[in-house]
Amino acid sequence: MTLFFVVTLNGLTLAALYFLAASGFSLIFGLMRTVNMAHGALLLFGGYVGWSVVDATGLWALGVMAGGLAAALAGALVQIGVLGRMQGDELRQTLASIAISIILADLMLWIWGGTTYQVRTPSWLTGGTRIEVLGIGYATVRLYLMVFALSVGVGLWLFIQKTRIGAVIRAGVDDQDMLRALGYPINRIFVLVFAMGGMLAGMAGVIAGSALSIAPGTDLQFLLSSLVVVIVGGMGSVGGAALGALLIGLAEQYGLAYAPTYAAVVTFVIMVFVLAVRPQGLLGRAEA
Amino acid sequence: MRYFLVLIPLALLPLLLNDFWVSQVLTRALILGVIALSLSFLATYLGVVSFAQVTLAGVAGYAVAYFGPNTVGLGFPLPLYVSLPIALLLSMAAGALIGLVARRSRGIYAIMITLAIGVAFFYFTRQNYALFNGFTGFSGVIAPKMGEGNWGDPMPLYFLALGVSVICVVLVNGFVRSPLGLAVQAVRDAPGRLLALGIPTTYPIVAAFAFSGLIAGSGGILNVWFQERVSSFSVGIGPIIDVLIISVIGGLRHPTGAFVGAIVYVMLDIFAIDLIDRDRFNLLIGIVLLAIVMAAPNGLHQLAIDWVGKLRGRAEQPRTN
Repeated sequence: MTLFFVVTLNGLTLAALYFLAASGFSLIFGLMRTVNMAHGALLLFGGYVGWSVVDATGLWALGVMAGGLAAALAGALVQIGVLGRMQGDELRQTLASIAISIILADLMLWIWGGTTYQVRTPSWLTGGTRIEVLGIGYATVRLYLMVFALSVGVGLWLFIQKTRIGAVIRAGVDDQDMLRALGYPINRIFVLVFAMGGMLAGMAGVIAGSALSIAPGTDLQFLLSSLVVVIVGGMGSVGGAALGALLIGLAEQYGLAYAPTYAAVVTFVIMVFVLAVRPQGLLGRAEA
Repeated sequence: MRYFLVLIPLALLPLLLNDFWVSQVLTRALILGVIALSLSFLATYLGVVSFAQVTLAGVAGYAVAYFGPNTVGLGFPLPLYVSLPIALLLSMAAGALIGLVARRSRGIYAIMITLAIGVAFFYFTRQNYALFNGFTGFSGVIAPKMGEGNWGDPMPLYFLALGVSVICVVLVNGFVRSPLGLAVQAVRDAPGRLLALGIPTTYPIVAAFAFSGLIAGSGGILNVWFQERVSSFSVGIGPIIDVLIISVIGGLRHPTGAFVGAIVYVMLDIFAIDLIDRDRFNLLIGIVLLAIVMAAPNGLHQLAIDWVGKLRGRAEQPRTN
């Protein structure tokens, strides 16, 4: 039974990270129909910047913020400099973002090398916590990660549902042309959403570096998991990203624990099954 | 007639070049070109950019390794006239299956789904030892014997690759003119109208993917004989992106452009070492890809056509005056 609880907690940890990565990805796609293939690179970039800041200052919270801001800035630059110039041409945007991710990955390999980094965590995050109800101990940082993902999810939902900018973004998802006609600066909103997506990715990178570790390849791992999560959960919805992340994170860990040979296939089977039954994803809306 | 003008120099080239150029540049470019052709074919005629073509090539490659001679002591050796059809049938079946999974998805959705399939296959080959021999894969997969030497020697393999490339281009041209090929293009242009006419769209989509599996599989078999091994790295994200880059450089709307893209890519790969640090090859190829996407979204092939058109236009201008 202990194994089951630990595996479940591992699955939830992974789900929390997947959600942080996929929510930004899904948000960008929902508004702009842009598949940002550089999302994983932004995540890794945030993680590296966060590591460097923590290494230099010793302040973990500052590292998380710096990582988020750096990735937000990089995301905004990508949208202004490249993707915004080909708005509406989805295939070109996808290809351009692949090119950007290749360039970014190589630049990061140049700067930070091929070593694996782990972000130093403050004392209140280090060590383990005993969970009496389940009778097991678990890494504190991972428990906080779940809390953090949960609060980001709620915060994002509140932002999109309850604030004025959120309403504008939702209107943009529904009818971009109408929003433009009403005189909203849609290009600036695009950049803002891109920066937000980048910020979520960057913070996820630092946190992934604290709870697990980051290395070249982490970018691809999270890009692919984001893809699968949003395919399963449904594009452009925060709830869909959460549901997809939960399903994929748990399935991956249960698969690894109970059927190691077929762990990769479990995820894939879920994806194919969802596509067969609901091509738009579990919580996605059908394409008009 | 036009094709012969291209073919004659290609057939004569090996007489002028040494083994390195023939095998590392020309043969490699042809093999990559065949695999990229299967991607460009889908992109041009079905309007779907598939990231799973390397996977299809890998299926055929693994099949040849499993049912043929290898040095890892795994598999079930069969004579060539059985193992080759099996390999091609398997890659076609895998193509059909991918088409079936992705049949309701278009545009970026299709990209994401085929990418996810490709990567799932990559991880599967790494974890499965019974069929794919896991991480290490198969080595010592030599090409069949031919007289004194073997088909894997530089010259024979070059002509084999050239022959397969020609057959594949002819097949693609034939396929798109056939009724089925026309149905595939109809799915690209107006799936709704096709459904309204009572023609189901699933069948042409699955057929197009299966056909692309045949092309990619041919390239995959050549690739295994060229490399003499196949492993999870042959179907990883690296090769997937490489083939995509080749198709984009050549122009996604020009199937034969795949070969142009392949030769450019191979030359960059070989001579990047002289331009910049060998370790920074990805940086170079990323910048090339970005430049192509931003400046010449229809690839070098279209760029060349446009230039030729402009030059001709300029030359003709005085006459019209």
